[in-house]
Amino acid sequence: MASRIFHWLDARLGLTTIYNVTLDRKVPKVNWFYTLGSASLFLFILQGVTGIFLAVYYVPSTKDAYNSIQYIMNEVAFGWLIRGIHHWGASLMVLVVFLHMLRTFFFAAYKFPREITWLTGVVLLLATLGMGFTGYLLPWNQRAYWATTVGTEIAGTVPLIGDFITRVLRGGTDLSGVTLARFFAVHIWFLPALIAAMIGIHIYLVIRIGITSIPKDGD
Amino acid sequence: MAESSELGRRQFVKVVLGAIGALMTAVIGLPAVGYIIAPAAKKQEGEAWIPLGPLENYPIGKPTLFNFTRSKVNGWEKTVNSYGAYVVRYTADEYKVFSNTCTHLSCRVNWQEDAANFHCPCHDGIFDIQGRVGGGPPPRPLDEYETKLEDGNLLIRFVEA
Repeated sequence: MASRIFHWLDARLGLTTIYNVTLDRKVPKVNWFYTLGSASLFLFILQGVTGIFLAVYYVPSTKDAYNSIQYIMNEVAFGWLIRGIHHWGASLMVLVVFLHMLRTFFFAAYKFPREITWLTGVVLLLATLGMGFTGYLLPWNQRAYWATTVGTEIAGTVPLIGDFITRVLRGGTDLSGVTLARFFAVHIWFLPALIAAMIGIHIYLVIRIGITSIPKDGD
Repeated sequence: MAESSELGRRQFVKVVLGAIGALMTAVIGLPAVGYIIAPAAKKQEGEAWIPLGPLENYPIGKPTLFNFTRSKVNGWEKTVNSYGAYVVRYTADEYKVFSNTCTHLSCRVNWQEDAANFHCPCHDGIFDIQGRVGGGPPPRPLDEYETKLEDGNLLIRFVEA
């Protein structure tokens, strides 16, 4: 029965083809450093899922942000676990994405024909850092407030337009509820949408071109 | 090839993977469900005697509304809910206190002086001066508060649902 359902679906959706193309690809003999991309993808999905769950209770207003997180941590069943995974997963994701970049660089995997994979990877690395920067403000505690004060102040050191950039980031001259709301929007909509799109291109190219083998002496 | 009665290597790997997968789904899924339903699982109960003032302040034969508020904590916020109680004195010592919450779908009923009944504006539920259903969709009479008199002061027993 199960096999008949599968065949019915397979004939229409091409599941076997998808499996063969995406998972049953021929790959050179590689090492554990080649798992960092998959690890990054896994962490992105993990951050996405735990983030969706946090959004059930979190409220991005200056009045509610801190209290709603206290509520998640102390009152909601397993709230500490879901926020803990999101919190530690964030640091881990920055680390893993960065190591993935180093692996690509040192194995020279960014060269022809993989330049676009590399370029989308650059966007993904920067977007991941952006997620860290915007997410850091959301607890609206002292550390978040002053970290964002400093971060937006640093952006202001850009010549000529620095002051303008700071005001755009903050949504005004001061760090306020406007800042919190726009950081939240960027954190849960703008950057995740960008990351998802870039991951789509990135993985399409990995499947289309295949992965590099480990460079040998003399390469 | 493994014999059919034996557990082959591939079969063994499939079973182990399936079991680990099921375990992981449970470990991840159960906390997720608990996380979502946590506020619903928390029962908030409380009761209090609410003083409505001296009984003699309430006119005989004319239902009079007494408004009061009760606060409780929902999530991280204090929520203040308004309640209304209709004090109905039939004679000098005979009285009842009704909740003004319609027993149909919880809109608030009003005493209509000219029609001499309680009317619910949402779906035209009607209750008479005894709180009995006089028409419309309400399934049962108006809820009555337990009352007591202390030194001529009327009190009702409020129970948090």
